[in-house]
Amino acid sequence: MLASPIFYRFFSSLFQDNRIRTSKYNIFTFLPINLFEQFQRVANAYFLFLLILQLIPQISSLSWFTTIVPLVLVLTITAVKDATDDYVGNVLCSRLQNEKWMNVRVGDIIKLENNQFVAADLLLLSSSEPYGLCYVETAELDGETNLKVRQALTVTSELGMDMSKLADFDGEVVCEPPNNKLDRFVGTLYWKDSRYPLDNEKLLLRGCVLRNTEWCFGMVIFAGPQTKLMQNCGRTAFKRTSIERLMNTLVLWIFGFLLCMGIILAIGNSIWEEKVGKNFRDYLVWEDVLSNSVFSGFLTFWSYIIILNTVVPISLYVSVEVIRLGHSYFINWDRKMYYGQRDMPAEARTTTLNEELGQVEYIFSDKTGTLTQNIMVFNKCSINGKTYGDVYDEFGHKVEISEKTPCVDFSFNPLRDKKFHFYDHSLVEAIKLGDPMVEEFFRLLALCHTVMSEEKNEGELVYQAQSPDEGALVTAARNFGFVFRARTPETITLYEMGKHVTYQLLAILDFNNVRKRMSVIVRNPVGQIKLYSKGADTILFDRLDPTNDDLMYTTSEHLNEFAGEGLRTLALAYKDLDEEYFADWMKRLHIASTTLENREELLASLYEEIEQDMMLLGATAIEDKLQEGVAETIACLTLSSIKIWVLTGDKLETAMNIGYSCNMLRDDMNEVFIITAILRVQTLRWPQERSCIKKVYLDVYIKFTRPLTSIQKLKTNDSVFEETITSEYALIINGHSLAHALEADLECLLLDTACLCKTVVCCRVTPLQKAQVVELVKKYKRAVTLAIGDGANDVSMIKTAHIGVGISGQEGMQAVLASDYSFAQFRYLQRLLLVHGRWSYYRMCRFLCYFFYKNFAFTLVHFWFGFFCGFSAQTVYDQWFITLFNIVYTSLPVLAMGLFDQDVNEQNSLRQPKLYEPGQLNLLFNKRQFFMCTLQGIYTSCVLFFIPYGAFSNTVRDDGSHIADQQSFAVTIATSLIIVVSVQIGLDTNYWTAVNHFYIWGSLTVYFSILFAMHSDGIFRIFPSHFPFIGTARNSLTQTSVWLVILLTAVICVMPVVAIRFLRTDLYPTLSDKVRYNGRKQRPQEQNLKRVRRTSSRRSAYAFSHQEGYGELITSGKNMKAARLFPAPPTGRIPGSSSWIESLLKKRTEMASGAAVGPLNGSAERSKSENTPVQQQHID
Amino acid sequence: MGKKVAGSGPCSRIPDNSAFKQQRLPAWSPSLTAETVLPFFYIIGLVCVLLGVALFLTVQKIQEIQVDYTTSGTCDACFEMRSNKMSASVKCRCSVDFSLKENFQEDVFLYYGLVNFHQNLRRYMDSRDDGQLVGRTTNLKNPSTYCEPFAYNNGTPIAPCGAIANSMFNDSFTLKYLPPTGGVVIVPFYRTGIAWYTDKNVKFRNPQIENELLPQVFQGTAQPFYWQKPVYELDPSDPNNNGFINEDFIVWMREAAFPSFKKLYGILNRQSKAIFEHGLPAGNYSVTISYNFPAQYFQGKKLVVLSTVSWFGGKNIFLPIAYIVTGGVILVVAVVLTVVYIKIGKKGLNMEE
Repeated sequence: MLASPIFYRFFSSLFQDNRIRTSKYNIFTFLPINLFEQFQRVANAYFLFLLILQLIPQISSLSWFTTIVPLVLVLTITAVKDATDDYVGNVLCSRLQNEKWMNVRVGDIIKLENNQFVAADLLLLSSSEPYGLCYVETAELDGETNLKVRQALTVTSELGMDMSKLADFDGEVVCEPPNNKLDRFVGTLYWKDSRYPLDNEKLLLRGCVLRNTEWCFGMVIFAGPQTKLMQNCGRTAFKRTSIERLMNTLVLWIFGFLLCMGIILAIGNSIWEEKVGKNFRDYLVWEDVLSNSVFSGFLTFWSYIIILNTVVPISLYVSVEVIRLGHSYFINWDRKMYYGQRDMPAEARTTTLNEELGQVEYIFSDKTGTLTQNIMVFNKCSINGKTYGDVYDEFGHKVEISEKTPCVDFSFNPLRDKKFHFYDHSLVEAIKLGDPMVEEFFRLLALCHTVMSEEKNEGELVYQAQSPDEGALVTAARNFGFVFRARTPETITLYEMGKHVTYQLLAILDFNNVRKRMSVIVRNPVGQIKLYSKGADTILFDRLDPTNDDLMYTTSEHLNEFAGEGLRTLALAYKDLDEEYFADWMKRLHIASTTLENREELLASLYEEIEQDMMLLGATAIEDKLQEGVAETIACLTLSSIKIWVLTGDKLETAMNIGYSCNMLRDDMNEVFIITAILRVQTLRWPQERSCIKKVYLDVYIKFTRPLTSIQKLKTNDSVFEETITSEYALIINGHSLAHALEADLECLLLDTACLCKTVVCCRVTPLQKAQVVELVKKYKRAVTLAIGDGANDVSMIKTAHIGVGISGQEGMQAVLASDYSFAQFRYLQRLLLVHGRWSYYRMCRFLCYFFYKNFAFTLVHFWFGFFCGFSAQTVYDQWFITLFNIVYTSLPVLAMGLFDQDVNEQNSLRQPKLYEPGQLNLLFNKRQFFMCTLQGIYTSCVLFFIPYGAFSNTVRDDGSHIADQQSFAVTIATSLIIVVSVQIGLDTNYWTAVNHFYIWGSLTVYFSILFAMHSDGIFRIFPSHFPFIGTARNSLTQTSVWLVILLTAVICVMPVVAIRFLRTDLYPTLSDKVRYNGRKQRPQEQNLKRVRRTSSRRSAYAFSHQEGYGELITSGKNMKAARLFPAPPTGRIPGSSSWIESLLKKRTEMASGAAVGPLNGSAERSKSENTPVQQQHID
Repeated sequence: MGKKVAGSGPCSRIPDNSAFKQQRLPAWSPSLTAETVLPFFYIIGLVCVLLGVALFLTVQKIQEIQVDYTTSGTCDACFEMRSNKMSASVKCRCSVDFSLKENFQEDVFLYYGLVNFHQNLRRYMDSRDDGQLVGRTTNLKNPSTYCEPFAYNNGTPIAPCGAIANSMFNDSFTLKYLPPTGGVVIVPFYRTGIAWYTDKNVKFRNPQIENELLPQVFQGTAQPFYWQKPVYELDPSDPNNNGFINEDFIVWMREAAFPSFKKLYGILNRQSKAIFEHGLPAGNYSVTISYNFPAQYFQGKKLVVLSTVSWFGGKNIFLPIAYIVTGGVILVVAVVLTVVYIKIGKKGLNMEE
């Protein structure tokens, strides 16, 4: 690492270093900052306010400790949790951050080596490759799997790796301020009195991986949080669950309710003082401050606010957090979400969102690396009308390939790739028998590609493919004995079945998205000129020689079969070329490529001309390997009414292909709408195109709504209804169209359309658009969204969605760092949602219901008592009981329920995906449920008060002494309350583990122990004024009548609940009731979620992650390291090749800007960025 | 990242396979099935009804008579006199006659009752110093601020301080039996043993200063404003029943939960006279009241209550009736549940998944 000392001296403070700080506290700042933060929470501030109120003697209806003890406890628990979170987060971050790059600063020049992550946004200065080229993989950034090329300025690439020159480099870069546009960069380099324009093509962005390039030097332009990647991550919005929002609303309601009660009681107090209290003033003299009854009412209001504050439960928030923490640990501990191959357990990185996992309605999934492994495997092929790749047993039945299936032994081939597996032995036999078509097939695969080979040691071939598909094909050919060994701009050397054969490369007819094919023209050692072509079947089949019809028919059948299995197919064909014709064609090509106008079109027509009347060889089928269990997971999640949208930066074809192989797109769907607009932003025609797109949307929308409106008319006709519901549509939309659709007037239409579709696939979308789609659903659907992805391009979506899930274990950690949950395999999502999420939601809801119930039952007794004690704010209970009720007596059983309860076990949760639906519909805890449980609380408080009231009005002890005193009354009610709420938690607990037993019985025991301890002689003798209840427990709880009162109270409180629940289960059972019922009846129902193979399809499964431009790169020889060995790169073989890099880069720019500059972030922001002041960065 | 060997080795991050961490703790999952709920309802219903009936019969056996003496008998004069604050210290005695229709068997308890007297007001209840009452000498002379404005009388600390003590009920009763044969028999009552043991022995203690008698100990304190005699002279007949441990005082200091209450005054002494050996015989009685406690201020009533007790306590008709009603309702609900269960639940009609 080379640093410029002068730079440091003056400017180091101006720029960020490369560290990304996450830690909030250190040892000294922890207490003040944490306390400050905690008191910013409304609840805590409220309790602080109460505490202050209690210090006013005229108001204080409770001792100070009743509030301070719980408050301190709550603050302590929260502080401990915050500290651990901060510490753990810190440790994690430092583990993930690369120590080496931490101190990199803007202006530093750093060296990167092959396969290294780019650590900051760099200006490429020089590289090991000729012309200052270097290759990067941007999968982390945009999800595209092919390699991208970057080129340094010629002046800087001359610096090479000369350290002294590099150290003396004193260019000055003036560039735009840090922004989040991944595909745009504007800047100027001032160096040696010249100006050099800089653009995106000279920039290596943080998050890319250097490939096929031994080393490169770059100067840091942006570091740390200023890098484009981090800028793209968006602000980490504080995520709140819907339950929490509801909870906050409810707390406000309760607060309002509290004020109402306070006002009622205050008015009551004023009236009472006026009517009754004045007669009593001889016994209870008014103090000076109590000048009149209205003022007394006012003071009473505050006193009652203090007393009744327990309806707003202080321990609610902390209990909720504890429960969530517990649920998070259960996720971390789940062995079924642990991925052994990478030693990667699941991780809940946020502990505040668990219950939301049980309410997810929309999943937005990335494709590459999330659904797929990003590994392409040569799986099957069809050669000359015969398929290879399936394994049959001796009875001719197809065998599912598993790990035990014996592989083909390629040991005859010294140059084989040992990682390649193939199971069908017949293909090797065909090769060994020397079937000419099979040989030609593999020869084509070995010749027709743009792969570069590297042979560090003899026989150790490394292929560098710009797309994984090509890599897979060439590797297959290599193992079957057609080893692509080396290439020069003019030749390709194969090692064909043990012999070196060198082909002369005459032309590469490059791939592009319109042609959907690529061809090479070679001259073999015998002197024949051959054209080898591979491409989409639909394209290639149109260009075949008519004699191929039969073969085409069979191959087409095979292709359908392959497509049905979700394989990516390519058709292969060849053509023998006539020497004369070729010479003529070559000449015309030469002319065409030198013309300035319409060059592209001329070339295309020439290509078209020669790629005719080809002979079909067969077809390849590549498996874009899905991650394990993806299809099953998707099927299961779909059954639980979760809608899955795939958002990918990849191409339409590959996205659709994956859609089919994951069973999200099926042939039996009524219609698959594909909306792909191709836009050129440079032209100003976009308003027209927009209206065009709008029309497309409307068309699609009308198609849906027509049957829907007709059912509204024909409501009686059930069959029609059924049909429309079951009709399935899919929507596939690309980034350009999406950009328009996301505009204000269209977005609702898009959303409505999309939501009517069973499957939505968005392809070629930018990271920002991913986030916008998520935002759209969030905004209008009020549904819980989950985004899952693995790459840096998913970060914005992960951060936008309610829940972000990162697939960990791939090389990049950006997605994981931004995520709320992370695990190694997509299939764990099923378990995360259906088991953990569902339980979390269920538990949290039950917890909240019980919690509100409990507090209402506990507190409202004071309200009723108010009517009998002259509204004087006298508490019913012992002050210690008030202090301890929430935090000691009743906290643990409900916590245990909140942590361990299970209504149905995990097997059933997974077996019955429909069990997930109550969460999505928000059924278990909503305003109605809240109302019901507060009503139950009010009822309980009524019973708790009035039964003892009735019983105590004229009672004495069995020894005649009185027991109708306030203290005995308090103990009776408190004991009844504890017993009632314990019975209630017993009823609410569906899953009595030892812990539940321990806590419930333990709480009761603790209650009685503390009761007797606090009412004991000893403690009274020490603190007589704090424990005035001496002996009350002994004297009242030994009385049969008191126990009879408690029993009656408990019976009256509990029986209605039991009756209602029993009736509800019988009359309106929920699915979980049914599952429980049937589970008891031992009627296991197996549901078959097995992957359904697609039946025959007429659709092309062509998908190829390839990019235009590499053909030129090869024929020009500029990317050849071997160029040193072949010093004279042929000039003018394909005229115009001097401009190859420009055209390559131009094509990229078009694509990129087309993809990113949509109306939303395009024109508007473009003008903005012009106006923003340009940040100057001086580089020494 | 190097490839690690899958899930093995000491550094593996594989979670423990414990039942707790995997949420597989053995557990009991009860559910509200007909087999449990219906019998439960019938049993609880029956138990409630039976308990209610048993209690009802018990309560029926308890005899109780309440005599409102606020203005009845000859007490209206005293009532008037007490209305006037000027004559607060003038002694007034009056009597009320009543008759018992049947014998009051066994132990008979004499209570005084107050109606509409709020002992349960917050400031009233707070207005006491338990430190003083437990005999702490420091608190004796420095009563707690809670006692204000009944803490000091012109700078002299009040003992016992506070509103509760100040408003202590100070009527006294003499019950006379008027046998049909003529004459008057004074009914003897125990005036001690009426407070809780814990109150008498723990919560209320006289301050102890060595070699000092009670009056000396209380020297330097004032009696509460409304009291006619100091705390150490509350019971002239029993020197051990004076000071803070005077049982009438202790009983009064145990604040009633509701504005209408009765407090124990005395227990029939069945040993002293043969006629009362089995309780109070039916017949005419007269109660003579030393009428000190003013009732007109709080528009209340004063009662004398004679009652017997059972194992269940006093004559409280609410609880038995509540039990019977509750039990009845539960039985009705149980029948409804049974019908619903037989019609629907038993066949599992709604249980198709």
